[in-house]
Amino acid sequence: MAAPTDLRRRLLATVAGFGALTIAVCLTAPLIGSTTIHLSRVFDRTIPFADNVDAQVFFVARLPRVLASVLVGSAFAIAGVVFQAFLRNPLASPDTLGVSSGATLGAVVVITFHIDSAVLGVSAVPVATFAGAAGALGIVYAMSIARRRGTSSTVLLLAGVALSAFLGALNRFIQVLGDYTDTFRSIRWMMGSMDVGSYTDIVVALVPIAAACIAIGTLPRELDLVSIGAEAAESRGVDVRKAERVALVSASLLTGSAVSLGGPIPFVGIIVPHIVRLIVGADHRLVLPAAALFGGAFLVICDVIARTAFGAAGMPVGAITAFLGGPFFLWLLFRRMR
Amino acid sequence: MAAVSANALTGVRSDRHESTNLRNKSWLSCFRVFVAVAGLLATSASPRAAASRVISIIPATTEMLFAMGAGDRLVGVGTYDRFPPEVDGLPRVGALLDPNVERILALRPDLVILYGTQADLRQQLERAHVPYYPYVHRGLADITQTIRSLGARVGVEAAGNALADRIERQLADIRSRTASSGRPKTLLVFGREPGTLRNIDASGGVGFLHDMVEAAGGANVLADVKQQSVMLSTELVLARAPEVIIELRYARGDATAPADLRAWDALPAIPAVKSHRVFMLQGEEFVVPGPRVVVATERLAKTLHPELFK
Repeated sequence: MAAPTDLRRRLLATVAGFGALTIAVCLTAPLIGSTTIHLSRVFDRTIPFADNVDAQVFFVARLPRVLASVLVGSAFAIAGVVFQAFLRNPLASPDTLGVSSGATLGAVVVITFHIDSAVLGVSAVPVATFAGAAGALGIVYAMSIARRRGTSSTVLLLAGVALSAFLGALNRFIQVLGDYTDTFRSIRWMMGSMDVGSYTDIVVALVPIAAACIAIGTLPRELDLVSIGAEAAESRGVDVRKAERVALVSASLLTGSAVSLGGPIPFVGIIVPHIVRLIVGADHRLVLPAAALFGGAFLVICDVIARTAFGAAGMPVGAITAFLGGPFFLWLLFRRMR
Repeated sequence: MAAVSANALTGVRSDRHESTNLRNKSWLSCFRVFVAVAGLLATSASPRAAASRVISIIPATTEMLFAMGAGDRLVGVGTYDRFPPEVDGLPRVGALLDPNVERILALRPDLVILYGTQADLRQQLERAHVPYYPYVHRGLADITQTIRSLGARVGVEAAGNALADRIERQLADIRSRTASSGRPKTLLVFGREPGTLRNIDASGGVGFLHDMVEAAGGANVLADVKQQSVMLSTELVLARAPEVIIELRYARGDATAPADLRAWDALPAIPAVKSHRVFMLQGEEFVVPGPRVVVATERLAKTLHPELFK
C-alpha cells in the first residue's frame, strides 16, 4: 500500500495524464470528419443557425457523438474494472452478468413488434433498452442477495454467463419472429452507433451513469481487497456482501445506460481496464479514474476512425472496437497461458 | 421416381428368374443399369422441363409469377409473401434465413425459387434432385430480365415477355415524362429510429431503389457510394445537402408515421428541410422488387415532380 503522499502524487499524475489525453481527444475529435468545416463559421453569430451548415455539422452531427462516446466509453470501462475486481476474473466484462444482453433484448422486442414509435419526440428504443437492462439488473441483484457466504464468485460468474446465454437465445428467437426488415434493423442496432443526433439522450443517460460512478467512487479500497480474496477482505473489516451488491448493481446500471445510449459496443469494458492496469498498476484508487478517462478517450478515437476512415458510408463503431480489441484480447490470453 | 419404379420392376423380374442361367443374369444386370441411368437422366433433365409445382420463397418472384398468370403453379410461398391476396391460402415454407427444407420437400415441388445466397438450401435441394432457380435482388433492368427467364422456366414465356415489355414501357414513360424537368438531389431513406435521426439507412448508388429514384427524375445524393444500403450519419446528410428527402415505410396505415418526419427539423440547413420537401411514402411496393416497381417509381416521380402529374 502506497504512502498517502506518494499516492496523492500518483493520483494527481494519473488524472493529469489521462485527463490531458481525454481533453485533447475531445477537443480534436469535433474538428475531424468527412466534411471540412471552419471554426470561424461555426461560431459566427451573424449567420443564423438554420443557415449555418458548419455550425450544424459541429453542434448537431459531431459534438453529440463525441460527448456520447466519452460517456459510453467511460461507463463501459468503469463497469469492466468493477466486474473484473469483484468477480476476480480478468475476462469478466460489462456483459458478463447479462445486463447488456437484457438491454439488447429490450431493443429487439420494440423493433420486432413495431412498438418503437416515438413518444414526445423520444424514441422508444433507448427506453426499452434501459428497461431490458433493468430487468437483467433485477436478476443480478437477486443473485447477489441470494448468494450465501462461502459461495464462490465463480458461481455468480457462471450464473451470469447462463443468464447472458439465455437472453441471447431469446433475442435470436424474437428476431426470427420478425420480418427481414425488422431483423435488419435489429442487427444494425446491435452494431452500435454514436451518432445520437441529440443532447436529450445524452442527458438522460448521464443521470444514472453519474449516480453509479458516485457509488463506485466510494469503493476503491473494497475493490482492492476483494480482488485479492473475499476472506482476506472480510478479515480487514470489509462488508463484502454489501460492497458487492453496491458494486454489481452500480456496474450493471452503468452498462445498461451505456447500451441504451450507444448500443452493445464490444471490448471497451474488457480491454480498457487491462491497458490501464498495465500503466498505473492494480491500485483501484488509480485504476478507476484512469479507466474512466481512458475509456472515454478510446471510444472517441474509435468513433473518429469509424466515421472517417471508411469513405462516405462509414463503419459501425462496434466493428472498430472489436477490430482493435480482438488482437489485444488474444494477446492477453496468450500472455496468461505462458 | 422413374428410377424407383424401374428398380421395383426389375426386382420382380429377378425373383421370377431366380433359377435362370448366368447369361440371363448378366442381361438382367445390364437392364438394371440401363433403367437406373435412364432414371437419373430423367431427373437431371427435369430442370429444363416447364415447372408445374413451384415454390417461391422470395416475395418479388411470387408477385412476378402471379402477374404473368402462373400463380396457379405455386404450391408454396415464403413466410413474408403478402401480395397478391391469393398467397394467403398457400402453405408457407420459411424465408431467407429459415427455409423449412422438410416442408419444401413434402410439397413435392419441381422448381424452388430461392435467394442466390441460400447455399445450404441449394445443396439440400441438389441432394434431393429438386431443381431450383436462384434469384438475387439487383437493379430495375434485372427485374424484367428475371421475369422473362422465370416465364420461360415455368412455361409461360409469352406472358412473361409481355409483362416484362409492359413494365419496361411504363418505366420508360415515367423517365421521358420527368426528363425535361430538373433532377432534384434526392435522399431515399428506408430505415431510421423513430423520433430521432439515429441509425439512418439510405439507398446507395446500386440496386432497384437507386434505379427507381433515377427513373423517377431524381439524382440520388449517394449515387457515388456503390452499395445498396448506406449507414448514414447526420454529418453525411448535411454534407450531401439533399433537396428532397423521401422516407419509405413498408407498412401502410401507420397514421403517426408522417408526424415522425419532424425529426428532420434538427438539421434546418438541409435544403429539403428548408423548403419543406421531406416526404414519407408508405407501401410494400418499395421493398419488393417485382412488377409493382412501376407503381413505386410513379409514386416517387409524383413526389419529386408533382407539377408533372397534375
